[in-house]
Amino acid sequence: MKEFMMIFRMAPMQNFQPTPEQMQQSIKQWQDWIGSIAAQGKFVSTNQLGFEGKTLKANGIITDGPYAEVKEIVGGYIIVKANSIDEALELAKGCPILFMGGHVEVRDIMVLSN
Amino acid sequence: MVETKDLIPHLFRTEFTKMVSVLSRHFGLQHVEIAEDIVSDTFLLASETWGLKGLPENPTAWLYTVAKNKTKDYLKRNQLFSKKIATEIRKTERELYEMEVDLSSQNINDSQLQMIFAICNPSITPEAQIGLALRILCGLGIDEIAEAFLTNKETTNKRLFRAKEKLRESNATMELPPEEEIDARLETVLSVLYLLFNEGYYSSSQNTSLRKDLCLEAMRLNLLLIDNNRTNKPFVNALLSLMCFHASRFEARISESGESILYEDQDTSLWNKELILRGEYYLNQASVGHIISKYHLEAAIAYWHTQTSHEAEKWENILQLYNKLLQIENSPMAVLNRTYALAKARDYKTAIREAEKLELEESHWYHALLGELYSEIDKQKAHNYFDKAYELAKTDADKNILQKKRNRIVVESAGQPIKKHNSQRAENNT
Repeated sequence: MKEFMMIFRMAPMQNFQPTPEQMQQSIKQWQDWIGSIAAQGKFVSTNQLGFEGKTLKANGIITDGPYAEVKEIVGGYIIVKANSIDEALELAKGCPILFMGGHVEVRDIMVLSN
Repeated sequence: MVETKDLIPHLFRTEFTKMVSVLSRHFGLQHVEIAEDIVSDTFLLASETWGLKGLPENPTAWLYTVAKNKTKDYLKRNQLFSKKIATEIRKTERELYEMEVDLSSQNINDSQLQMIFAICNPSITPEAQIGLALRILCGLGIDEIAEAFLTNKETTNKRLFRAKEKLRESNATMELPPEEEIDARLETVLSVLYLLFNEGYYSSSQNTSLRKDLCLEAMRLNLLLIDNNRTNKPFVNALLSLMCFHASRFEARISESGESILYEDQDTSLWNKELILRGEYYLNQASVGHIISKYHLEAAIAYWHTQTSHEAEKWENILQLYNKLLQIENSPMAVLNRTYALAKARDYKTAIREAEKLELEESHWYHALLGELYSEIDKQKAHNYFDKAYELAKTDADKNILQKKRNRIVVESAGQPIKKHNSQRAENNT
Protein backbone atom coordinates (compact mmCIF):
# COMPACT_ATOMS: atom_id res chain seq x y z
CA MET A 1 0.00 0.00 0.00
CA LYS A 2 1.06 3.56 -0.68
CA GLU A 3 0.67 6.55 1.54
CA PHE A 4 -1.48 9.53 0.64
CA MET A 5 -1.92 12.86 2.33
CA MET A 6 -5.31 14.52 2.52
CA ILE A 7 -5.07 18.24 3.03
CA PHE A 8 -8.14 19.98 4.43
CA ARG A 9 -8.74 23.42 2.95
CA MET A 10 -11.43 25.99 3.45
CA ALA A 11 -12.08 29.71 3.21
CA PRO A 12 -11.11 31.50 6.40
CA MET A 13 -14.10 32.32 8.58
CA GLN A 14 -12.83 35.25 10.57
CA ASN A 15 -16.03 35.98 12.41
CA PHE A 16 -17.14 32.45 13.09
CA GLN A 17 -17.31 31.75 16.81
CA PRO A 18 -18.65 28.23 17.39
CA THR A 19 -20.52 27.48 20.59
CA PRO A 20 -19.03 24.81 22.89
CA GLU A 21 -21.77 22.43 21.71
CA GLN A 22 -20.88 23.05 18.07
CA MET A 23 -17.22 22.46 18.89
CA GLN A 24 -18.12 19.22 20.65
CA GLN A 25 -20.23 18.12 17.72
CA SER A 26 -17.46 18.94 15.27
CA ILE A 27 -14.87 16.97 17.26
CA LYS A 28 -17.17 13.94 17.26
CA GLN A 29 -17.64 14.15 13.47
CA TRP A 30 -13.90 14.33 12.86
CA GLN A 31 -13.14 11.54 15.32
CA ASP A 32 -15.83 9.28 13.82
CA TRP A 33 -14.37 9.80 10.36
CA ILE A 34 -10.75 9.25 11.47
CA GLY A 35 -11.85 6.31 13.64
CA SER A 36 -13.47 4.73 10.58
CA ILE A 37 -10.22 5.02 8.59
CA ALA A 38 -8.26 3.63 11.55
CA ALA A 39 -10.74 0.74 11.88
CA GLN A 40 -9.96 -0.19 8.27
CA GLY A 41 -6.28 -0.28 9.19
CA LYS A 42 -5.53 2.63 6.85
CA PHE A 43 -4.64 5.35 9.32
CA VAL A 44 -1.07 6.64 9.55
CA SER A 45 -1.16 10.01 11.30
CA THR A 46 -3.06 13.26 11.49
CA ASN A 47 -2.70 16.81 12.74
CA GLN A 48 -5.05 19.68 13.14
CA LEU A 49 -3.48 23.09 12.61
CA GLY A 50 -4.04 25.97 15.01
CA PHE A 51 -4.76 29.63 14.32
CA GLU A 52 -1.34 31.07 15.01
CA GLY A 53 0.83 31.52 11.96
CA LYS A 54 3.35 33.71 10.22
CA THR A 55 4.65 33.63 6.68
CA LEU A 56 8.28 34.23 5.81
CA LYS A 57 9.08 35.43 2.31
CA ALA A 58 12.29 35.17 0.35
CA ASN A 59 12.94 38.89 0.73
CA GLY A 60 12.90 38.45 4.52
CA ILE A 61 9.49 40.04 5.03
CA ILE A 62 7.36 38.32 7.65
CA THR A 63 3.59 38.62 7.48
CA ASP A 64 1.18 37.82 10.28
CA GLY A 65 -1.19 34.92 10.10
CA PRO A 66 -1.49 32.28 7.43
CA TYR A 67 -4.46 34.17 6.00
CA ALA A 68 -2.95 37.38 4.72
CA GLU A 69 -3.14 36.91 0.98
CA VAL A 70 -4.87 33.58 0.55
CA LYS A 71 -8.42 32.74 -0.29
CA GLU A 72 -8.33 29.54 1.69
CA ILE A 73 -6.33 28.11 4.55
CA VAL A 74 -5.09 24.65 5.41
CA GLY A 75 -6.88 23.43 8.52
CA GLY A 76 -5.05 20.16 8.94
CA TYR A 77 -4.08 16.94 7.27
CA ILE A 78 -4.27 13.18 7.60
CA ILE A 79 -1.92 10.59 6.13
CA VAL A 80 -3.60 7.35 5.08
CA LYS A 81 -2.60 4.06 3.48
CA ALA A 82 -4.36 3.03 0.29
CA ASN A 83 -3.72 0.92 -2.80
CA SER A 84 -4.50 3.73 -5.20
CA ILE A 85 -5.49 7.37 -5.31
CA ASP A 86 -9.05 6.27 -6.08
CA GLU A 87 -9.17 4.21 -2.93
CA ALA A 88 -7.80 7.20 -0.98
CA LEU A 89 -10.51 9.37 -2.56
CA GLU A 90 -13.10 6.88 -1.40
CA LEU A 91 -11.82 7.34 2.17
CA ALA A 92 -12.00 11.10 1.76
CA LYS A 93 -15.73 10.98 1.02
CA GLY A 94 -16.88 11.22 4.62
CA CYS A 95 -14.47 14.02 5.56
CA PRO A 96 -16.27 16.59 7.73
CA ILE A 97 -14.56 19.48 5.94
CA LEU A 98 -16.87 18.75 2.97
CA PHE A 99 -19.88 19.58 5.14
CA MET A 100 -18.28 22.81 6.30
CA GLY A 101 -17.91 24.30 2.84
CA GLY A 102 -14.32 23.21 2.42
CA HIS A 103 -12.61 20.58 0.31
CA VAL A 104 -10.01 17.83 0.54
CA GLU A 105 -6.91 17.70 -1.60
CA VAL A 106 -5.61 14.13 -1.93
CA ARG A 107 -1.95 13.77 -2.85
CA ASP A 108 0.37 10.79 -3.09
CA ILE A 109 3.44 10.85 -0.89
CA MET A 110 6.60 10.38 -2.89
CA VAL A 111 8.93 7.63 -1.79
CA LEU A 112 12.48 8.75 -2.42
CA SER A 113 14.95 5.98 -2.99
CA ASN A 114 18.26 6.66 -1.24
CA MET B 1 -7.57 -18.67 57.01
CA VAL B 2 -5.95 -21.11 54.64
CA GLU B 3 -6.65 -24.80 55.28
CA THR B 4 -3.62 -26.92 56.20
CA LYS B 5 -3.88 -29.07 53.08
CA ASP B 6 -4.00 -25.98 50.91
CA LEU B 7 -1.21 -24.27 52.79
CA ILE B 8 1.73 -25.55 50.78
CA PRO B 9 0.23 -24.71 47.36
CA HIS B 10 -0.75 -21.34 48.78
CA LEU B 11 2.72 -20.63 50.15
CA PHE B 12 4.23 -21.89 46.94
CA ARG B 13 2.20 -19.34 45.02
CA THR B 14 3.03 -16.45 47.31
CA GLU B 15 6.64 -17.24 48.29
CA PHE B 16 8.18 -19.12 45.37
CA THR B 17 8.78 -16.00 43.28
CA LYS B 18 10.15 -14.02 46.19
CA MET B 19 12.56 -16.79 47.17
CA VAL B 20 13.77 -17.41 43.62
CA SER B 21 14.23 -13.67 43.04
CA VAL B 22 16.23 -13.17 46.23
CA LEU B 23 18.43 -16.20 45.54
CA SER B 24 18.94 -15.22 41.91
CA ARG B 25 20.15 -11.87 43.06
CA HIS B 26 22.53 -13.77 45.30
CA PHE B 27 23.86 -16.19 42.69
CA GLY B 28 23.49 -13.99 39.66
CA LEU B 29 20.80 -14.40 37.03
CA GLN B 30 22.97 -16.82 35.06
CA HIS B 31 22.15 -19.39 37.70
CA VAL B 32 18.41 -18.89 37.97
CA GLU B 33 18.04 -22.65 37.72
CA ILE B 34 20.06 -23.23 40.89
CA ALA B 35 17.78 -20.82 42.71
CA GLU B 36 14.73 -22.57 41.30
CA ASP B 37 16.08 -25.99 42.31
CA ILE B 38 16.85 -24.89 45.85
CA VAL B 39 13.40 -23.38 46.31
CA SER B 40 11.68 -26.43 44.79
CA ASP B 41 13.71 -28.71 47.09
CA THR B 42 12.68 -26.59 50.03
CA PHE B 43 9.00 -27.03 49.21
CA LEU B 44 9.49 -30.73 48.67
CA LEU B 45 11.05 -31.01 52.12
CA ALA B 46 8.19 -28.97 53.56
CA SER B 47 5.54 -31.29 52.17
CA GLU B 48 7.41 -34.33 53.52
CA THR B 49 8.14 -33.08 57.04
CA TRP B 50 5.02 -31.01 57.66
CA GLY B 51 2.87 -34.01 56.89
CA LEU B 52 4.78 -36.14 59.42
CA LYS B 53 5.67 -33.72 62.16
CA GLY B 54 2.88 -31.21 61.81
CA LEU B 55 3.08 -27.59 60.84
CA PRO B 56 5.93 -25.45 62.12
CA GLU B 57 4.97 -22.40 64.15
CA ASN B 58 5.77 -20.00 61.34
CA PRO B 59 5.66 -21.87 58.02
CA THR B 60 6.93 -18.95 55.94
CA ALA B 61 9.93 -18.38 58.22
CA TRP B 62 10.60 -22.13 58.11
CA LEU B 63 10.74 -22.04 54.32
CA TYR B 64 13.16 -19.12 54.29
CA THR B 65 15.44 -20.69 56.90
CA VAL B 66 15.58 -23.99 55.03
CA ALA B 67 16.19 -22.27 51.70
CA LYS B 68 18.93 -20.22 53.28
CA ASN B 69 20.64 -23.31 54.71
CA LYS B 70 20.30 -25.16 51.45
CA THR B 71 21.95 -22.22 49.73
CA LYS B 72 24.85 -22.31 52.15
CA ASP B 73 25.18 -26.06 51.68
CA TYR B 74 25.18 -25.63 47.95
CA LEU B 75 27.88 -22.99 48.12
CA LYS B 76 30.02 -25.12 50.41
CA ARG B 77 29.68 -28.14 48.16
CA ASN B 78 30.46 -26.05 45.18
CA GLN B 79 33.42 -24.68 47.04
CA LEU B 80 34.82 -28.13 47.70
CA PHE B 81 34.69 -28.78 44.02
CA SER B 82 36.38 -25.57 43.01
CA LYS B 83 39.04 -26.02 45.72
CA LYS B 84 40.84 -28.37 43.37
CA ILE B 85 41.11 -25.81 40.65
CA ALA B 86 41.02 -22.44 42.37
CA THR B 87 44.11 -21.10 44.11
CA GLU B 88 42.84 -18.36 46.36
CA ILE B 89 40.33 -20.52 48.09
CA ARG B 90 40.76 -19.51 51.67
CA LYS B 91 39.57 -16.00 51.12
CA THR B 92 36.71 -16.97 48.86
CA GLU B 93 35.68 -19.72 51.20
CA ARG B 94 35.44 -17.41 54.15
CA GLU B 95 33.62 -14.84 52.08
CA LEU B 96 31.12 -17.37 50.97
CA TYR B 97 30.67 -18.75 54.42
CA GLU B 98 29.99 -15.34 55.87
CA MET B 99 27.72 -14.33 53.05
CA GLU B 100 24.23 -13.90 54.42
CA VAL B 101 21.12 -14.19 52.33
CA ASP B 102 19.35 -10.87 52.81
CA LEU B 103 15.72 -11.61 53.61
CA SER B 104 14.54 -8.14 54.51
CA SER B 105 11.22 -7.22 52.93
CA GLN B 106 13.01 -4.38 51.16
CA ASN B 107 15.38 -6.82 49.50
CA ILE B 108 12.56 -9.21 48.66
CA ASN B 109 10.63 -6.43 46.92
CA ASP B 110 13.69 -5.10 45.12
CA SER B 111 14.67 -8.56 43.95
CA GLN B 112 11.21 -9.26 42.58
CA LEU B 113 11.14 -5.97 40.73
CA GLN B 114 14.56 -6.65 39.25
CA MET B 115 13.41 -10.10 38.25
CA ILE B 116 10.42 -8.61 36.44
CA PHE B 117 12.71 -6.41 34.37
CA ALA B 118 15.17 -9.23 33.73
CA ILE B 119 12.42 -11.46 32.33
CA CYS B 120 10.39 -8.85 30.49
CA ASN B 121 13.33 -8.16 28.29
CA PRO B 122 12.93 -7.11 24.65
CA SER B 123 15.94 -9.20 23.65
CA ILE B 124 14.04 -12.44 24.31
CA THR B 125 10.94 -13.45 22.39
CA PRO B 126 7.51 -12.52 23.79
CA GLU B 127 6.64 -16.21 24.04
CA ALA B 128 9.73 -16.89 26.17
CA GLN B 129 8.95 -13.85 28.30
CA ILE B 130 5.45 -15.14 29.05
CA GLY B 131 6.69 -18.63 29.83
CA LEU B 132 9.35 -17.35 32.21
CA ALA B 133 6.90 -14.92 33.78
CA LEU B 134 4.44 -17.73 34.48
CA ARG B 135 7.14 -19.95 35.94
CA ILE B 136 9.42 -17.57 37.80
CA LEU B 137 7.27 -14.50 38.48
CA CYS B 138 4.01 -16.31 39.20
CA GLY B 139 5.37 -19.62 40.51
CA LEU B 140 3.13 -21.71 38.26
CA GLY B 141 3.92 -25.39 37.91
CA ILE B 142 4.64 -27.02 34.55
CA ASP B 143 1.18 -28.63 34.61
CA GLU B 144 -0.54 -25.32 35.13
CA ILE B 145 1.47 -23.56 32.44
CA ALA B 146 0.67 -26.38 30.05
CA GLU B 147 -3.00 -26.03 30.89
CA ALA B 148 -2.98 -22.25 30.54
CA PHE B 149 -1.45 -22.60 27.07
CA LEU B 150 -3.62 -25.59 26.18
CA THR B 151 -0.55 -27.69 25.47
CA ASN B 152 1.24 -30.62 27.11
CA LYS B 153 3.95 -30.88 29.77
CA GLU B 154 6.65 -31.92 27.37
CA THR B 155 6.18 -28.94 25.05
CA THR B 156 6.00 -26.61 28.04
CA ASN B 157 9.22 -28.00 29.48
CA LYS B 158 11.00 -27.57 26.17
CA ARG B 159 9.71 -24.04 25.84
CA LEU B 160 10.85 -23.10 29.33
CA PHE B 161 14.24 -24.67 28.76
CA ARG B 162 14.71 -22.61 25.61
CA ALA B 163 13.41 -19.52 27.37
CA LYS B 164 15.98 -19.87 30.14
CA GLU B 165 18.70 -20.31 27.54
CA LYS B 166 17.52 -17.08 25.93
CA LEU B 167 17.56 -15.38 29.31
CA ARG B 168 21.18 -16.42 29.83
CA GLU B 169 22.16 -15.35 26.31
CA SER B 170 20.54 -11.97 26.83
CA ASN B 171 23.07 -11.26 29.60
CA ALA B 172 20.29 -9.65 31.60
CA THR B 173 21.28 -8.66 35.11
CA MET B 174 19.34 -8.24 38.32
CA GLU B 175 19.00 -4.48 38.40
CA LEU B 176 16.52 -1.78 37.52
CA PRO B 177 17.12 -0.16 34.14
CA PRO B 178 18.68 3.34 34.19
CA GLU B 179 16.28 6.28 34.43
CA GLU B 180 16.42 7.17 30.73
CA GLU B 181 15.47 3.64 29.68
CA ILE B 182 12.82 2.96 32.25
CA ASP B 183 9.77 4.09 30.24
CA ALA B 184 10.69 1.99 27.23
CA ARG B 185 11.49 -1.03 29.37
CA LEU B 186 8.24 -0.58 31.30
CA GLU B 187 6.37 -0.82 27.98
CA THR B 188 7.66 -4.38 27.59
CA VAL B 189 6.90 -5.21 31.22
CA LEU B 190 3.34 -3.92 30.92
CA SER B 191 2.72 -5.79 27.70
CA VAL B 192 3.77 -9.03 29.42
CA LEU B 193 1.55 -8.31 32.44
CA TYR B 194 -1.35 -7.50 30.14
CA LEU B 195 -0.85 -10.75 28.20
CA LEU B 196 -0.69 -12.62 31.48
CA PHE B 197 -3.95 -11.06 32.61
CA ASN B 198 -5.64 -11.77 29.28
CA GLU B 199 -4.39 -15.33 29.35
CA GLY B 200 -6.43 -15.74 32.51
CA TYR B 201 -9.37 -13.55 31.53
CA TYR B 202 -10.00 -14.88 28.03
CA SER B 203 -8.49 -18.37 28.27
CA SER B 204 -10.73 -21.13 27.05
CA SER B 205 -9.42 -23.35 29.83
CA GLN B 206 -12.26 -24.66 32.00
CA ASN B 207 -10.13 -24.35 35.12
CA THR B 208 -11.74 -21.24 36.61
CA SER B 209 -9.53 -20.99 39.67
CA LEU B 210 -6.36 -21.19 37.58
CA ARG B 211 -7.69 -18.46 35.31
CA LYS B 212 -8.49 -16.26 38.28
CA ASP B 213 -5.02 -16.91 39.70
CA LEU B 214 -3.38 -15.72 36.49
CA CYS B 215 -5.34 -12.47 36.62
CA LEU B 216 -4.54 -11.92 40.27
CA GLU B 217 -0.85 -12.62 39.65
CA ALA B 218 -0.74 -10.04 36.87
CA MET B 219 -2.40 -7.54 39.21
CA ARG B 220 0.00 -8.37 42.05
CA LEU B 221 3.02 -7.79 39.81
CA ASN B 222 1.48 -4.56 38.53
CA LEU B 223 0.99 -3.39 42.10
CA LEU B 224 4.64 -4.11 42.80
CA LEU B 225 5.54 -1.62 40.06
CA ILE B 226 3.21 0.98 41.56
CA ASP B 227 4.76 0.52 45.00
CA ASN B 228 8.16 1.59 43.73
CA ASN B 229 8.72 5.29 43.08
CA ARG B 230 10.83 4.70 40.01
CA THR B 231 8.25 2.57 38.26
CA ASN B 232 5.08 4.26 39.54
CA LYS B 233 4.20 5.91 36.20
CA PRO B 234 0.79 7.04 34.93
CA PHE B 235 0.53 4.27 32.32
CA VAL B 236 1.41 1.67 34.98
CA ASN B 237 -1.56 2.91 37.02
CA ALA B 238 -3.73 2.89 33.90
CA LEU B 239 -3.05 -0.80 33.30
CA LEU B 240 -3.91 -1.72 36.89
CA SER B 241 -7.08 0.33 36.62
CA LEU B 242 -8.02 -1.59 33.48
CA MET B 243 -7.37 -4.91 35.21
CA CYS B 244 -9.46 -3.90 38.24
CA PHE B 245 -12.44 -2.98 36.04
CA HIS B 246 -12.23 -6.26 34.13
CA ALA B 247 -11.69 -8.33 37.25
CA SER B 248 -14.76 -6.74 38.85
CA ARG B 249 -16.90 -8.90 36.57
CA PHE B 250 -15.15 -12.14 37.39
CA GLU B 251 -17.96 -13.64 39.44
CA ALA B 252 -20.63 -12.44 37.03
CA ARG B 253 -19.08 -13.57 33.74
CA ILE B 254 -18.55 -17.27 34.43
CA SER B 255 -21.34 -19.56 35.59
CA GLU B 256 -20.85 -22.18 38.26
CA SER B 257 -20.41 -24.79 35.57
CA GLY B 258 -17.61 -22.73 34.03
CA GLU B 259 -19.61 -21.37 31.10
CA SER B 260 -19.20 -17.80 29.89
CA ILE B 261 -22.06 -15.43 30.60
CA LEU B 262 -22.41 -12.61 28.08
CA TYR B 263 -21.94 -9.05 29.30
CA GLU B 264 -25.57 -8.09 28.67
CA ASP B 265 -26.82 -11.18 30.55
CA GLN B 266 -24.69 -10.68 33.63
CA ASP B 267 -26.21 -10.18 37.05
CA THR B 268 -24.79 -6.73 37.77
CA SER B 269 -25.24 -7.23 41.50
CA LEU B 270 -22.38 -9.72 41.22
CA TRP B 271 -20.03 -7.05 39.90
CA ASN B 272 -17.40 -6.38 42.54
CA LYS B 273 -17.98 -2.79 43.73
CA GLU B 274 -14.71 -2.75 45.65
CA LEU B 275 -12.70 -3.53 42.52
CA ILE B 276 -14.62 -0.95 40.51
CA LEU B 277 -13.73 1.69 43.10
CA ARG B 278 -10.11 0.59 43.02
CA GLY B 279 -10.16 0.83 39.25
CA GLU B 280 -11.47 4.39 39.52
CA TYR B 281 -8.76 5.19 42.06
CA TYR B 282 -5.94 3.99 39.78
CA LEU B 283 -7.52 5.70 36.78
CA ASN B 284 -7.35 8.97 38.73
CA GLN B 285 -3.74 8.23 39.64
CA ALA B 286 -3.07 7.64 35.95
CA SER B 287 -4.58 10.98 34.94
CA VAL B 288 -1.45 13.08 35.36
CA GLY B 289 1.01 14.18 32.72
CA HIS B 290 0.13 14.68 29.07
CA ILE B 291 0.72 11.24 27.57
CA ILE B 292 -2.39 9.20 26.88
CA SER B 293 -1.32 5.59 26.47
CA LYS B 294 -3.45 2.81 25.04
CA TYR B 295 -3.86 1.58 28.61
CA HIS B 296 -5.46 4.91 29.56
CA LEU B 297 -7.94 4.56 26.72
CA GLU B 298 -8.67 0.91 27.43
CA ALA B 299 -9.10 1.62 31.14
CA ALA B 300 -11.54 4.43 30.32
CA ILE B 301 -13.48 2.09 28.00
CA ALA B 302 -13.55 -0.52 30.78
CA TYR B 303 -14.73 2.16 33.20
CA TRP B 304 -17.74 2.95 31.02
CA HIS B 305 -18.55 -0.74 30.84
CA THR B 306 -18.94 -0.78 34.62
CA GLN B 307 -21.68 1.86 34.31
CA THR B 308 -25.24 0.63 34.14
CA SER B 309 -27.06 3.92 33.61
CA HIS B 310 -26.63 6.89 31.20
CA GLU B 311 -26.73 4.59 28.17
CA ALA B 312 -26.42 7.37 25.55
CA GLU B 313 -23.50 9.07 27.27
CA LYS B 314 -21.88 5.70 27.93
CA TRP B 315 -21.84 4.55 24.31
CA GLU B 316 -20.86 7.95 22.95
CA ASN B 317 -17.84 7.93 25.26
CA ILE B 318 -16.95 4.36 24.43
CA LEU B 319 -17.13 5.15 20.71
CA GLN B 320 -14.88 8.19 21.02
CA LEU B 321 -12.38 6.24 23.12
CA TYR B 322 -12.25 3.47 20.51
CA ASN B 323 -11.79 6.09 17.78
CA LYS B 324 -8.71 7.29 19.63
CA LEU B 325 -7.47 3.82 20.58
CA LEU B 326 -7.51 2.69 16.94
CA GLN B 327 -5.27 5.59 16.00
CA ILE B 328 -2.67 4.21 18.42
CA GLU B 329 -3.13 0.50 17.78
CA ASN B 330 -5.34 -1.47 15.44
CA SER B 331 -6.51 -4.85 16.69
CA PRO B 332 -9.44 -6.88 15.30
CA MET B 333 -11.21 -6.87 18.67
CA ALA B 334 -10.93 -3.09 19.03
CA VAL B 335 -12.20 -2.66 15.46
CA LEU B 336 -15.25 -4.86 16.07
CA ASN B 337 -16.00 -3.27 19.44
CA ARG B 338 -15.73 0.18 17.90
CA THR B 339 -18.27 -0.77 15.27
CA TYR B 340 -20.63 -2.11 17.92
CA ALA B 341 -20.25 1.12 19.91
CA LEU B 342 -21.04 3.02 16.71
CA ALA B 343 -24.32 1.12 16.42
CA LYS B 344 -25.17 1.97 20.01
CA ALA B 345 -24.12 5.62 19.84
CA ARG B 346 -25.39 6.38 16.31
CA ASP B 347 -27.56 3.79 14.62
CA TYR B 348 -27.39 0.20 13.40
CA LYS B 349 -27.49 1.05 9.68
CA THR B 350 -24.47 3.34 9.97
CA ALA B 351 -22.63 0.60 11.82
CA ILE B 352 -23.50 -1.98 9.15
CA ARG B 353 -22.10 0.31 6.43
CA GLU B 354 -18.92 0.67 8.48
CA ALA B 355 -18.72 -3.05 9.20
CA GLU B 356 -18.90 -3.82 5.48
CA LYS B 357 -15.74 -1.80 4.90
CA LEU B 358 -13.76 -4.07 7.22
CA GLU B 359 -11.69 -6.91 5.85
CA LEU B 360 -12.19 -9.39 8.64
CA GLU B 361 -14.06 -12.10 6.72
CA GLU B 362 -12.11 -14.90 8.36
CA SER B 363 -12.93 -13.84 11.91
CA HIS B 364 -15.96 -15.51 13.51
CA TRP B 365 -16.45 -12.44 15.69
CA TYR B 366 -16.83 -10.32 12.56
CA HIS B 367 -19.78 -12.40 11.40
CA ALA B 368 -21.16 -12.43 14.94
CA LEU B 369 -21.01 -8.62 14.94
CA LEU B 370 -22.94 -8.45 11.65
CA GLY B 371 -25.44 -10.90 13.11
CA GLU B 372 -25.84 -8.60 16.08
CA LEU B 373 -26.22 -5.50 13.89
CA TYR B 374 -28.85 -7.15 11.68
CA SER B 375 -30.77 -8.59 14.62
CA GLU B 376 -33.37 -5.82 14.60
CA ILE B 377 -33.25 -5.07 10.87
CA ASP B 378 -33.32 -8.44 9.13
CA LYS B 379 -33.65 -11.48 11.35
CA GLN B 380 -33.01 -14.00 8.59
CA LYS B 381 -29.80 -12.26 7.64
CA ALA B 382 -28.80 -12.03 11.29
CA HIS B 383 -29.35 -15.74 11.62
CA ASN B 384 -27.22 -16.51 8.58
CA TYR B 385 -24.38 -14.42 9.94
CA PHE B 386 -24.46 -16.23 13.25
CA ASP B 387 -24.45 -19.54 11.37
CA LYS B 388 -21.35 -18.45 9.50
CA ALA B 389 -19.73 -17.29 12.74
CA TYR B 390 -20.53 -20.62 14.38
CA GLU B 391 -18.97 -22.47 11.46
CA LEU B 392 -15.75 -20.44 11.71
CA ALA B 393 -15.39 -20.58 15.50
CA LYS B 394 -12.56 -22.81 16.63
CA THR B 395 -13.14 -23.40 20.34
CA ASP B 396 -16.12 -24.92 22.13
CA ALA B 397 -16.29 -21.90 24.41
CA ASP B 398 -16.71 -19.54 21.42
CA LYS B 399 -19.21 -21.86 19.74
CA ASN B 400 -21.17 -21.92 22.94
CA ILE B 401 -21.39 -18.14 23.11
CA LEU B 402 -22.36 -17.89 19.44
CA GLN B 403 -25.05 -20.49 19.81
CA LYS B 404 -26.57 -18.49 22.67
CA LYS B 405 -26.52 -15.31 20.64
CA ARG B 406 -28.07 -17.01 17.63
CA ASN B 407 -30.79 -18.72 19.58
CA ARG B 408 -31.94 -15.38 20.83
CA ILE B 409 -33.06 -14.40 17.37
CA VAL B 410 -36.37 -16.02 16.58
CA VAL B 411 -37.06 -16.07 12.88
CA GLU B 412 -40.58 -16.70 11.78
CA SER B 413 -40.53 -18.38 8.40
CA ALA B 414 -43.71 -19.85 6.90
CA GLY B 415 -45.10 -20.09 10.41
CA GLN B 416 -42.21 -22.23 11.57
CA PRO B 417 -39.41 -20.90 13.71
CA ILE B 418 -36.11 -21.59 11.94
CA LYS B 419 -34.43 -21.38 15.31
CA LYS B 420 -35.18 -24.98 16.14
CA HIS B 421 -33.72 -26.37 12.97
CA ASN B 422 -30.53 -24.43 13.47
CA SER B 423 -29.94 -25.31 17.07
CA GLN B 424 -30.30 -28.96 16.10
CA ARG B 425 -27.63 -28.52 13.53
CA ALA B 426 -25.50 -26.82 16.10
CA GLU B 427 -25.72 -29.82 18.36
CA ASN B 428 -24.59 -32.06 15.55
CA ASN B 429 -21.57 -29.87 15.05
CA THR B 430 -20.33 -29.99 18.62
